[in-house]
Amino acid sequence: MFDHGILERHSLLLVVGILIVVAIGGIVEIAPLFYLESTIEKVQGMRPYTPLELAGRAIYMREGCYLCHSQMIRPLRDEVERYGHYSLAAESMYDHPFQWGSKRTGPDLARVGGKYSDEWHRAHLADPRSVVPESVMPPYVFLEKNELRFDDIADSLRANRIVGVPYTEDMIANARADLIAQAMPDANGVDAFQKRYPKASARDFDGDPKRISEMDALIAYLQMLGTLVDFSTYKADAPENRR
Amino acid sequence: MQTEAHAKNDPRWDMLFAPAIFVVAFLLAFVAAAKSPEPQMQIQAWTFLAATALVLVWWVRRYAEGIPADDSSPYANDVIKAGVIAAMFWGIAGMLVGLIIALQLAFPNIFYFPDLPFTNFGRMRPLHTSAVIFAFGGNVLIATSFYVVQRTCHARLAGGVWSWFVFWGYQIFILIAGTGYLIGVTQAREYAEPEWYADLWLTLVWVTYLLVFLGTIWKRKEPHIYVANWFYLAFIVTIAMLHIVNNLAVPISWLSTKSYSAFSGVQDALIQWWYGHNAVGFFLTAGFLAIMYYFIPKQAQRPVYSYRLSIVHFWSLIFIYIWAGPHHLHYTALPNWAQTLGMTFSIMLWMPSWGGMINGLMTLSGAWDKLRTDPILRMLVVSVAFYGMSTFEGPVMSIKAVNSLSHYTDWTIGHVHSGALGWVGFVSFGALYCLVPWLWKRERLYSTALVEWHFWISTIGIVFYITSMWVSGIMQGLMWRAYNEFGFLEYSFVETVAAMHPYYVIRAFGGLLYLSGTLIMAYNLWRTARGDIRLAEPLALKPQLATA
Repeated sequence: MFDHGILERHSLLLVVGILIVVAIGGIVEIAPLFYLESTIEKVQGMRPYTPLELAGRAIYMREGCYLCHSQMIRPLRDEVERYGHYSLAAESMYDHPFQWGSKRTGPDLARVGGKYSDEWHRAHLADPRSVVPESVMPPYVFLEKNELRFDDIADSLRANRIVGVPYTEDMIANARADLIAQAMPDANGVDAFQKRYPKASARDFDGDPKRISEMDALIAYLQMLGTLVDFSTYKADAPENRR
Repeated sequence: MQTEAHAKNDPRWDMLFAPAIFVVAFLLAFVAAAKSPEPQMQIQAWTFLAATALVLVWWVRRYAEGIPADDSSPYANDVIKAGVIAAMFWGIAGMLVGLIIALQLAFPNIFYFPDLPFTNFGRMRPLHTSAVIFAFGGNVLIATSFYVVQRTCHARLAGGVWSWFVFWGYQIFILIAGTGYLIGVTQAREYAEPEWYADLWLTLVWVTYLLVFLGTIWKRKEPHIYVANWFYLAFIVTIAMLHIVNNLAVPISWLSTKSYSAFSGVQDALIQWWYGHNAVGFFLTAGFLAIMYYFIPKQAQRPVYSYRLSIVHFWSLIFIYIWAGPHHLHYTALPNWAQTLGMTFSIMLWMPSWGGMINGLMTLSGAWDKLRTDPILRMLVVSVAFYGMSTFEGPVMSIKAVNSLSHYTDWTIGHVHSGALGWVGFVSFGALYCLVPWLWKRERLYSTALVEWHFWISTIGIVFYITSMWVSGIMQGLMWRAYNEFGFLEYSFVETVAAMHPYYVIRAFGGLLYLSGTLIMAYNLWRTARGDIRLAEPLALKPQLATA
């Protein structure tokens, strides 16, 4: 019979024992996610965020949107009918960090992209209750006033590449130009931008063509959420997508 | 390790090196403040710089007064006193912020300020959670662990002034994290919001904390390590592991606050909830169970109910808790096998949790009558009852069928608060009510009647809080999935938001009551520390009066 007194008399044995016991669960549950190929579905259409979308995502995180909005539609009938196709693991494969959220004080945003106009988003973000009287969301009118700070956008892309997002040297070198091209409809370089980020939409998101505001970036991000995967080619029942 | 005999002649390197880290931190902050092009980093660096400067001024004045020289006293008490004061300060601040954001959801037209972005819910909510969990809870844990480890080992805190490094280092971490949220510096990971440099600083502080704690155990004059210290050790060691792995990130530059997580998507989600759930399991459970294992036997003057049960539930609790994270990700894009594992272990977790509850409650065997006369003991015991309740509710909510309803709703918020307000809050209050007279060497608390007021006001507050969240959570979950007779969704999302209003008002009221109780406590503790005694005590039942 094991004598527990040994652990009570030797503090280092106790510490090592604790470490072993608490390490097991995490190793068994987490490590396979990195090598089991079935963890992430095979899909078409996923691409890294454009520099403007990435900047918008940073604002989404900065303002703590994830605290009230999920980005994870569960495969339940009411959710699929309310929000659209259930979320795939592939759809957040470039998300460092993930923003699935844990609370829906407001609705899920996983597929909010394209559901509302830019004008609606502007009005709603500036004064939520002017559009949705019952809303309890805070006002974000300051996003229109704040010019977007993006002098370090190339650094952001580079850090993302270090952690595994497939940004090319070309994308990093042109990060600033691409950001401007996407937010300024008449700026040069829209073609080059869309070559690097296929199907990404370049337009003036905040209604003020003369400047790039934080509102531009956030709306650019919201309008692409959940729109990348081509579901016409996605076979949910295919063996490789069964999980 | 230093021994007691070293004292007179050996150089006290700790007195040099502990404050020297603040000097280095000050210089690094200066460089960051001067060179960073980023406004947020400048604000963070200046805040850090000012805070380290104040700590250094405090340190120099302490040396000038010759205070560290009194190493002859058997126990180090000053740093624990400081921890008690800090815990009360952050506790009130954190609960106040919680009340404000509860009012924002109840009355958005009154409590939002469009011109003050830092007052928005999204920036204040991490401030609330960090302030109550890490600032209040953390200071309670550090202070009580320093107290308990000395008494149960019959040894003075190891490491000389390093314990002060732990104390001040931890406060600076809280300051940097909290002010950072307000200006929008966050990793956007729930309960792990502080950015990379704050995380690095905390790692340094935490390793020092572990060494001070272990060093004291190494000096012990008792052959056996007391059960409370097992729980403190599990808490310190596991939090270090979780903190380091979950915060692995690449900063975009050494002069920027911004970093990107080392993991993405589904892996990141599970690592985050492996961390998140075990912040509950080890910070808010194992650490506070250590408090239970010292303060309940002490206050009840009875031995711990079962030695065997404490062994069994200790090892099973820490083994099983780690697996429970995936229940935060039911029906998400996390692979099904991981969800099932998480659910299975979450249900199993019920048993070791109740093992702890039984061991705490049954310690009162033969002393149940004290619940009538001793409101401090009552607070401690009710905390264990809340622990038992929320550790039953948790496994229920981890069942996938239940979770499909409860997830994303206020039910989760209610569940968290029955644990946080009922268990963590009350066990901390009970411990602080014990500690203050002991540390300040007072005969008793200033007023036992005020403890009664605190107990009842806060208990009623908890009841308002959790019942309103149960109702709103279950109601919203049902409304989301309701269909009308034509097979369409019955309610738009915003209709379910509107339906929450009365419950958000009730919740805020419950929070107000709870905060009021804490303010009463702060007043009581302050008067106790001053040495005052309230003579007229209409509500304090002395034993003979109670039985008369």
